[in-house]
Amino acid sequence: MDAVVLWSLGVVALACAVAVFVCDSMARATFALLGSLVCVGGVVLVLGLPYLGVVIVLMMVMEMVVMAVFMIAYMMNPAGLMPMSMLHNQRGALALSAAVFASLTAAVFLVPWPHRRGSPPRDTTFQVGKALMGEQMLTMIVLGFVLLATMVAATVLALRRGRYDRLGDGLDRRPARDPAGGGVGR
Amino acid sequence: MLLAPALLVTGALLAVAADTCAAAQHAGRRRSLGTVGRRLLEVPRLLTAQPRTLPAADRLLWRLGVIVVPVGAVLSVLVVPFGHRTVADLSVGLVWFNAMEVLTWAGLWLAGWGPNSAFSLVGGYRFVAQGLAYELPLMFALISAATGAQSLRLGDVVAAQSGLWFVVWMPVAFLVHLAGVLAFAFLGPFAYPAGRDLAGGVLAEVSGVDRLLLQAGRWLWLTAGAAMAVPLFLGGGNGPVLPAWAWSLFKTLAVLGLLVYGMRRVPVVRADRYVELAWLVLMPLTMVQVLAVALVVLVRQGG
Amino acid sequence: MTFESVFVLAAGLFSVGLFGALSQQSIVMIMMGIELMIGGIVVAAADFWHFLAPAAADGQVVIVAAVVAMAVEMAMGFAVTTALYRARQVDTTDMAQELKG
Repeated sequence: MDAVVLWSLGVVALACAVAVFVCDSMARATFALLGSLVCVGGVVLVLGLPYLGVVIVLMMVMEMVVMAVFMIAYMMNPAGLMPMSMLHNQRGALALSAAVFASLTAAVFLVPWPHRRGSPPRDTTFQVGKALMGEQMLTMIVLGFVLLATMVAATVLALRRGRYDRLGDGLDRRPARDPAGGGVGR
Repeated sequence: MLLAPALLVTGALLAVAADTCAAAQHAGRRRSLGTVGRRLLEVPRLLTAQPRTLPAADRLLWRLGVIVVPVGAVLSVLVVPFGHRTVADLSVGLVWFNAMEVLTWAGLWLAGWGPNSAFSLVGGYRFVAQGLAYELPLMFALISAATGAQSLRLGDVVAAQSGLWFVVWMPVAFLVHLAGVLAFAFLGPFAYPAGRDLAGGVLAEVSGVDRLLLQAGRWLWLTAGAAMAVPLFLGGGNGPVLPAWAWSLFKTLAVLGLLVYGMRRVPVVRADRYVELAWLVLMPLTMVQVLAVALVVLVRQGG
Repeated sequence: MTFESVFVLAAGLFSVGLFGALSQQSIVMIMMGIELMIGGIVVAAADFWHFLAPAAADGQVVIVAAVVAMAVEMAMGFAVTTALYRARQVDTTDMAQELKG
């Protein structure tokens, strides 16, 4: 049963992955990617990690919707109504990725993998939570700092206006001049 | 298995009927069975109506988006206990509900993108903006209930409330959850994505069965959210005398009634205003709520 | 046998993503390729966890790290694209080659 589900999820994931780079329409490409990543979440779920599987689905839906917004904003031809090729070095890329696929596949069949050690705990969610708050605490702290740095850096990069634009040269303009008014205290 | 969707549809129909009555009263018309009947006559009318066709519409994505909204609502209630029975009491039920609810983001954006019409697309964007605002406080509200029960399984959340209901010591989370329900059903104050100023926004171009599905999706989500509030904050099927299923039903209908009543009493909120409110006020409040719950749980375990 | 086939799926996703990341011109499309590659890593990590070492949490921690990497990559990618587009109305890598050695 699990094998059938895994196989069908895998086939759909790969088909969607290929569709990402075949579709002319950017919206279709984005949602093909979403389909592929939702299948990844499904595979993780079937392999016995329900929490991570569902969280991947949740995150990917939000991420891809945001991605679709940027897609439409920046691409010249978002709806794919005028198909055009936006590729470079197609042959080299194809050769390289085929080589990577072949070597990875060869590796999985040639490497003598160790036998399964231990059995999954009853509650895998508890396992990952305990690991992240215990022996893997350093990983968690690093991930937290990386996310914080990303938030700050992404905001700084994406913003055009600085504090002098908002608050004036003496930083004393109240309320601040913003392009869109806010909802709190104004 | 089929009971949960059937109950969901019944709840949604009742909510529509109540809303019709409220609208009639609001307009000073007589409330009668006929008023409700006329609203429900929309269903056969939409089923038989000839669908509108538009030039260069992305039909695949449009259809997909329209279907995802009601289907997500039905899938979300599979983890909600009715009495003490659940279709699938997943060990991560709470996250499942949240993931299904986030599917409406994709659904509504696609429903806006599909018809190749500016008003629809603006409606879709409006929902994404609104989603960025309501989602994080809602997640913290869900987390506070999970923290209180120390489990993501809804059965455990209900069991943890056999003494004191969570609504008593998590009032902020409860209110934020109710606001979130209205937001992902894009009804009442959160009807901004389908606003009249946009000629209906995401609903501007849908017709026929598609329109029925999208409209039904809104009310199904309202009902699903109300049904979810019961095991999360109102003690699920716990209660004296009556059997558990009756308490679940009663509490769900009460929350649903409250939502339908409250819906008409708040004006539509613009997404940019709600983002600021959500991020500057609601998010700190819900975080303090989670912190308080965590402290209570720790003290309880220590003592 | 399932272990191998799931790993082949991971390798497939990784390679398709790699092809996209190498061959696409548009920055947004390159990011979609990278997302697919990280998706492949997630599948491989879940595969290793389930079939080789389910008693240890390391496989799950790798998945958490990969998902965080996805989020970071998206946020930074869009921030850079926004800054680049604002400065020069450019959204392809071929038109932004100042850093090329």
